[in-house]
Parts: sequence; C-alpha cells; structure tokens
Amino acid sequence: MDIFLQQILNGLVLGSIYALIALGYTMVYGIMGLINFAHGEVVMFGAMVTITVVTSLMNAGVGLPGPMLVLIGLLVAIPACMLLGYSIERVAYRPLRGAPKLAPLITAIGLSIVLQQVAILIWGRNYIPFPAILDHETIEIFGATITKLQLGIVALCLLLMIGLLVVVEKTKLGRAMRATSQNPAVASLMGVNVNTIISATFVMGSALGAIAGVMVATNYDQAHYYMGFMIGLKAFTAAVLGGIGNLGGAVAGGILLGIIESLGAGYIGDLTGGFLGSHYQDIFAFAVLIVVLIFRPSGLLGEKMADRA
Amino acid sequence: MTMDTNKKLAVFIASAIVLAVLPFVVGNTLGNSWVRTIDFALLYVMLALGLNIVVGFAGLLDLGFIAFYAVGAYTFALLGSPHFDIHLPFYISIPLGAGLAAMFGLLLGTPVLKLKGDYLAIVTLGFGEIVRIFMNNLNAPVNITNGPQGINLIDPIQIGGVSLGKAIEVFGFSLNPVHMYYYVFLFLTVVVVIMVYRLQHSRIGRAWVAMREDSIAAAAMGLNIRNIKLLAFALGALSGGVAGGLFATFQGFISPESFGLLESIMILAMVVLGGMGHIPGVILGAVVLTIAPEVLRDVIGPLQMHTFGKMIVDPENARMLLFGAAMVIMMLVRPEGMWPSKRRAAEFKDAKKG
Repeated sequence: MDIFLQQILNGLVLGSIYALIALGYTMVYGIMGLINFAHGEVVMFGAMVTITVVTSLMNAGVGLPGPMLVLIGLLVAIPACMLLGYSIERVAYRPLRGAPKLAPLITAIGLSIVLQQVAILIWGRNYIPFPAILDHETIEIFGATITKLQLGIVALCLLLMIGLLVVVEKTKLGRAMRATSQNPAVASLMGVNVNTIISATFVMGSALGAIAGVMVATNYDQAHYYMGFMIGLKAFTAAVLGGIGNLGGAVAGGILLGIIESLGAGYIGDLTGGFLGSHYQDIFAFAVLIVVLIFRPSGLLGEKMADRA
Repeated sequence: MTMDTNKKLAVFIASAIVLAVLPFVVGNTLGNSWVRTIDFALLYVMLALGLNIVVGFAGLLDLGFIAFYAVGAYTFALLGSPHFDIHLPFYISIPLGAGLAAMFGLLLGTPVLKLKGDYLAIVTLGFGEIVRIFMNNLNAPVNITNGPQGINLIDPIQIGGVSLGKAIEVFGFSLNPVHMYYYVFLFLTVVVVIMVYRLQHSRIGRAWVAMREDSIAAAAMGLNIRNIKLLAFALGALSGGVAGGLFATFQGFISPESFGLLESIMILAMVVLGGMGHIPGVILGAVVLTIAPEVLRDVIGPLQMHTFGKMIVDPENARMLLFGAAMVIMMLVRPEGMWPSKRRAAEFKDAKKG
C-alpha cells in the first residue's frame, strides 16, 4: 500500500509540473488554434537561465540562503522567458496568421531547432547540475516519503493555476482573452486589441513555463539543452488528454498523466509478470492518450467542436 | 506528335540521362560520400511521397510516420542478418516489410478514424513513440530487436549472385556499393513516383481531395470515408516500409535511434516546405532538405577558417542553427512551399487578398 501511495505522490509532483507547462500549450491553442511547438524550449531556457544566475551568484560569494538564490534566479529567468515567448510569437506566428495551420507548425519546429542550438552555444552539450543549495529533507506521510521541495513544487503549482484562473475569469484582460478565443474578428470590433491579447497570452504562458523549467531542474537536479523536448511532448499530451484549449482540462490532464506514468512505472513489472519493465513508462502515457481519445475524441473536458484542420 | 509531347519526351530523355550518369559525375568530382548523400535523398523522396499521400492528398496530419519506416527496416533486418541467422533474399523481405508496414498503417488508422486535426496529430505521434519504445526495449526477456544496440551486419542486397555490398569491376569501371544502391533506389523511387501519380489522378485520388476539402460533403456524395481514410494510411505506410527495408540493407546497421520523432518531423518538413500535395514539390523538398545540411557541413568549417582564421562557432552547431533558421525563413517567405501545385498557390493568393 505504501508503494501505491508513494507512486501517487511522485505522480502528483510530476503531474503538477506537466500541468503548468500544459497550461502554456492550451492557452495558445485556445486563442489561436495552433500548437506552439517551441514552448518546450522556453521551459528549457527558464531552467538554464536560473542555473546560470544561481551559479554565478554563488561564485561571486553572495551568502544568501538557497531558496533566496533560486528566487533571484527566477526573477531573471521569468522576464527573459517572457521576452522569448513574445519574440517567438512575433517571429514565427504573427506573419503567418491566416495561413493554413501547417505553416506555423513548421516555423515553430525550425525555431525549436534554432533555440536548442543557441542553448548549445551558450551552455554546451553536457548536462548542467543544479547547485546543491536546496535541502532535500523528507517528510513521511502514511509510510510514503516526499521531500519538502516537492511539496513546495506542488503547492506553488496549485497557487499559479489558481492565479491564472482568476486572471482569465475575473479580469478585463481575461475577458478579452476569452473573447478573442471565441472569435477574434468580433472581439476586435468590440475594441479588443487582438495583437496585444495574443502577445499577452504568449508572455503569460512563457512565465509559467519558466517556473516549470526551474521545477524540473530542481526535481531532477540537472538541466540539459534537450530537456524541453520530452517534457514539452508530455505536457502537450497532457493538454490534449484534458481537452486542448480548456484550462481546467490542462490541469486535470497533467496531473492524471503524471499519476498514470508513475503508477505505470511502479506496477508494470508486477502486472506483466516481469515481462515488461519500468522503461515502458512512456508507453503508458501514450496508450492512455490513445484510449481516451478513441472514446472521447476531444479529450476529457474538451467541448465538441467543429473540424478546424 | 504535337510540339508539347515532343517537348515532354525531350525533358524525359534528358532527365533520364542525367539521373543515369549522376552518381559517376558526382562520385568523380565531389567524392563518393556525396553519392551516399544522394542515395539518402532518394530514400527520403520515397518517405516524403508516402507521407504526402496521408498529409497532402488526404489532409490527415500524421506525426508518427517514421514508425512505418521502422517497421520496414526492422522486418528486413530481422529476416536478413546473423541476429536470428535468417537470410531471406531482398525480393521477399522488402515486400514483406512493405506489407507489414501497410498493416501497421491500418492498425493506426482504425482507432483514429473519428479524430480530427490536432487530436489526430498527437495520437499518431504517440503511436510513433510507442513503436520506437518497443524497439528499444524488446531485448528482454526474449531478445527480438536487440534493444538500443540495434541490429548489425544486415545482409546487403544480392542480385543474381552479385552482392551490392562490395565494389565490383565491370568493363574496367569500378562500381562501388553506393553506385549500385543508387540504381536500386532510383528504380524503386521511380516506381513510387509512378504509383503516387497514378493514385493522384485516379478515382481514389479525387476521393481523397474531396474528403480533405469537406468530409461531410464527400460522404454525402456517397464516398466511404472510412475506407478511403484507411487506404491513405495503408498506402502511405507501404512506401514508408519499402524505404525502411532499403535503409536497413544500405546501412547494414539499424537502431531505434534512427526512428525518433525528429525524423517524422523532418519528413513532414520536407512535404510542407516542398509544397504539400504537389508531387514534384515534395520531391524537391526531400532533396533540398537532405542535401542542404550536408552542403552546410562542408562549407561552414572552411568558410570560418577563411574569413576569421579560426573556428568561432562549432561547425555542427552552426549547421543546425542555419538549418533551423532557413526553415523558419522559407516558411515565412513562401508559406505555400517552394513549388506548390497551381491549385494550392491560387488558394494562398486568395487567402492573402483576404
């Protein structure tokens, strides 16, 4: 039983990170109807910039406690990623608005390649360790253990998600975003500056992505120029699982995917009598995705919509 | 004979001659590594044309196309290597691989019949990843695919007792494996090109276009959407499977690494950058995207040495950087692709006018 609980806890940590990244995908999709394939790279840059700032502060002999250093790192990384997200939209998506959907998909992939190569130029090809400044003290819950750091990750994710929901549901900006996602042309007739709203969406999604990147780096104690690819893929899967374009769906999909993955990794050996090992973990995510979409073709919480492709 | 057919005949004969002597001209001027690159370009032409059936003709976004290539390659490798000590001739294992790939196409197509647009894209992507993960891990408890190490020493093609794996002398000419494989690849590429041309202008091809433009209207006209969708998946997979088998025997070695998502995306980029749905455009896209990175590899290093006197940026890094940037710029300048069909170019013109 404690293994079960342990896997649920692990899945919850992983899942809330997925959810945070998935929100970035789903916001952009909701407003523009396109997959921002370069979002994973924003996540990677968030992690890399934070590590660089933290390491150079430590080398400069700044004697602040670990969490403070990470916070300073984040305060640099978040604006950097916001700028990156804004530029991605300006360069790769805005000129192609109105073009068929495959054109922005290709520019996004091209931009992804460019960003990865830029990361190699700056940080090299090797894994970069996250400085050991955060304590990994564990707490026990019903026989399962979780580090305080992981608990903090889950709490921060929840806070950010609630914050985003409040922005989207309660503020003027949020109302303009919802209007744009329903019908950009009519929204602009009602005085909404559609370009600003789209930029704001990218900037907000990128800020969440930057934070998620740091979470990934602290959770695995390392970062890498290629890390954005797999985590982005998983998060995107989560967004689709929940019903892409739906904020609640992204959160539900992310957490569900995280839990399924870690339960799958924990039990697949027993289930198949040792035939399949825990390296089949990734299959679970995709298999569940396929099964869910067969029965609910627009995701768990997605609305039925007209064919947009 | 009218002027027009005369002209067509002349173009046909000229291109046939160029294609026939190409490996020797390139091999003698630029070296045999370039002939190898051309061989790969032909493989990618087959792959891109296969994907073009699904994406270009039928309008179904497939991000897991590389899975079919992998099925073809592994079929050939398992049936023609010391791994199981089976050595079937290529004329059995390549059609077998193609058939198996087509079956995988149906396997993928059946559950996703109802999915649309991006949902379809993500499921095909997941399918591709699942196939790759299985190839990576099916080495225990029963060793089928040899896991991440891949399969080595795959048999070269043997035609009439002559192995294409070793250089031979013919009338004083020295024929390298890259030359001989070139002709095999060229032959099969031509077969695939003829197949897709005939398909495009057939009843089935028109049905695909009708479904792509408006599937409800197409169904109302009496088309069986399910069957033509499955047919698109199966026929696309078929040519992917052929290319896979050829890849395995040509390389002599395959591992799951060659069949990642990035490869699927590259093939999609070939289709879109070339001109989706337009066969000459797709061929151009495949050739350009195969050759361009290799040209960059040869040019960037010496160019830096020449201008700055030292290496400033690692050439491998600079190559991919330029490649990514070129993809972005190409798409921004010509979102319809390098060589779109007349119909698609006209659609884009209309869309621009608003």
